[in-house]
Amino acid sequence: MSALEESKSEPRRRIQFAFTDEQEQFRAAIRRFLADKSPTTEVRRLMATAEGYDPKVWRQMSEELALPGVHIPEQYGGAGFGMVELCIVTEEMGRALLCAPYFSTAVLAGNAIMNAGTEEQKAKLLPDIASGARLATLAITEPNGNWDPSSIETVSRFRIDGAKSYVVDGHIADLLIVAARVPSSSGRDGLGLFAVEAKDAGVERRQLESMDPTRKLARIDFRGAHATLLGELDDGGKRIQRTMDQAAIALANEMMGGAQALLDSAVKYSKMRVQFGREIGSFQAIKHKLADMLLEVELAKSAAYYAAQAAAINDPEWPALASLAKASASESYLHTAIETIQIHGGIGFTWDNDTHLWFKRAKSSEIFLGLPSYHRELLMQRWGV
Amino acid sequence: MSTPTEAEVRTEVREWIAANWNPDMSLLEWRTKLADSGWGAPQWPKEWYGRGLPHSLVRVVQEELAAVGAVGPAASGVRMLAAATLLEHGTDAQKKKFLRRILTGEDTWCQFFSEPGSGSDLAGATTRADLKGDFWIVNGQKVWTTSAHHADHGLLLARTDWDVPKHEGMSYFVIDVKQQGVDVQPLKQMNGHASFNQVFFTDAKVPKENLVGKVGEGWKVAMTTLAHERRGADGLAPPSKKGRKEGRIHAEERAENDKANEPYRWYPQRAGRVDLILERAKETGADKDPHVRQEIAKLMIMAKSAEWTARRARAAQQQGRPQGPEGSLGKLAASHVARGCARVHTMMTGTEAMLTGKESPREGIIAEILVSVPAVSIAGGTDEIQRNIIAERVLELPKEPRFDTGPFRNVRRN
Repeated sequence: MSALEESKSEPRRRIQFAFTDEQEQFRAAIRRFLADKSPTTEVRRLMATAEGYDPKVWRQMSEELALPGVHIPEQYGGAGFGMVELCIVTEEMGRALLCAPYFSTAVLAGNAIMNAGTEEQKAKLLPDIASGARLATLAITEPNGNWDPSSIETVSRFRIDGAKSYVVDGHIADLLIVAARVPSSSGRDGLGLFAVEAKDAGVERRQLESMDPTRKLARIDFRGAHATLLGELDDGGKRIQRTMDQAAIALANEMMGGAQALLDSAVKYSKMRVQFGREIGSFQAIKHKLADMLLEVELAKSAAYYAAQAAAINDPEWPALASLAKASASESYLHTAIETIQIHGGIGFTWDNDTHLWFKRAKSSEIFLGLPSYHRELLMQRWGV
Repeated sequence: MSTPTEAEVRTEVREWIAANWNPDMSLLEWRTKLADSGWGAPQWPKEWYGRGLPHSLVRVVQEELAAVGAVGPAASGVRMLAAATLLEHGTDAQKKKFLRRILTGEDTWCQFFSEPGSGSDLAGATTRADLKGDFWIVNGQKVWTTSAHHADHGLLLARTDWDVPKHEGMSYFVIDVKQQGVDVQPLKQMNGHASFNQVFFTDAKVPKENLVGKVGEGWKVAMTTLAHERRGADGLAPPSKKGRKEGRIHAEERAENDKANEPYRWYPQRAGRVDLILERAKETGADKDPHVRQEIAKLMIMAKSAEWTARRARAAQQQGRPQGPEGSLGKLAASHVARGCARVHTMMTGTEAMLTGKESPREGIIAEILVSVPAVSIAGGTDEIQRNIIAERVLELPKEPRFDTGPFRNVRRN
């Protein structure tokens, strides 16, 4: 039985509008850890490296906090929590702008294996992901930049051929989960998720120069590399879509962490910066801008939290909510970033000021997994309009 | 004496209802019984028509009244705000004179706070009250007074001292609306409805004993009224209608409600009718237009997110957590939703959106949305004031420099 059917049999629970005390404590522990390990000096140091992360910090967050497996069942070496806890982790990482292969390994590859793998494959692949021993990623998008699985051209049965691009952490992952189709299939038919070892001789990887240096992207060419189908062929691309919807929700939460960090910095600066003999935060022009930013951030947060809760209990509406949350978070994060630069004035667009680090994450996250307009259209379709 | 248990309250009120309720009584007769027994406002003090019960037990009384379909005390409009204010600041004589008739519904109340020259800046009121012998003589103009044309009494905020700072020179009164010197005129809005009034005071009289609180403390007393307004009325919820035995009293209640609710008929349209958006998209074929689909999605995302934000605020409150910023955003979010609705309704309706009245789409409802929405970002606190409140109270930004300190006489005004 695949994860898809398993989760459907879970008893239905109600959507919660407040985090539990345990979840709040979990969040506080991660926030403390990241405040210590990911100050902007570290972000700046790591973003300039080719690997883009600190293996020591990765080990600590795996061993001390068990973060890569937070959502992986205990039987596969994980902590056994779900979407809500995974999204608390991504939100805090987005806030700290942590440079680490978490989104790729835990969110993308972890969920893909859980959604598609057989019992045997899950038992084989997930423990190393949960423990942080291996890095992994998911390769869906191709050089055409399309996020719809129907557009996949890479073909595979036991050997895989084609090109993937915009692969997060594709340059450092040990394990590649690749969305491909069996030869001579088209549209949503004949799709599958395949496991490929990155060191295979038929894999050629090239890091891309990306606008957001805190999230590395790679292009991967496959020329007859060995591939193992995870589970069965994914007719209709349901497992791929499910994985992408989960990723959209985790990303929406990550974005809201970043948006909050920006808003906090804009508020702090406007209380400190003096012009015309008064703090700029006492001018209504700035006050009203900040009030609007707060409104936008809180509304998008509500959507991101609601989508995570809905996915956690497998509410039938959750795929629609994934698109809703992604569209909303994208607009809100980018707008917050633009206004934070504006409030900082001249210094706001300098390299030395930290705002651009979040701005670039906001900009690339707006595009990653599909633009807001793409997700709004998807939302309408999923609502049956 | 200790607080009674829930079971004790339930038994006692149930027995009292069994002995007293009869749907063929007149509304006044029944409400007189409610007021005199204390069951009409059980959270009020025993000496003032209540039973001194904690708020947590009020629900029990509501449930028992609802179980037989009994009518509650008069609770609509400004009367419960008047009651809350008098209970906190009124003299014994005032409580005796007004509270009982509030519960029985014999008196209707209105609120004279806003003025043409002081909208957002409520403390800038210039309606004056001058003491002459045993009466305060009132001159000036109030506006946005809902139901003034039905009201017997008004809660009046007026300036009694012009030589002190603005917040310190006001006093609070109960004024008899039905007197010569109080002229109530309907205020017609751009949507054609006249839900409010403007009220002109020309040497209107308020007996000395109708001063609420001390002279100069009007702002403080008004804050009590406004706090209750924000919290929503403390009155009982309307009883459930299912399975109740209908009688004469229910017809009287319906007539009362119709009159009380008349000013609010267009309020759903003012909020933009987001509930109609998806239906209208199919009905008009706008669901085929990719541009309109985007706009509908943007609007629905905002509306849903606003709803979830309110739920988050309530959930935090229920868990006893301090209120986060999400609790202060509802009014501003509602303005955005309403405006978004007006835009999208226009896009979906097209040329027909130029029409109004019965032959226009949805029998005039769409047209009414378009001309009602501009009020939503103003009424009950403008968006700009909301943003100031959010910025100063939630984000703790520094206040604007003030130009209205010192004696009010010298403050620049309209």
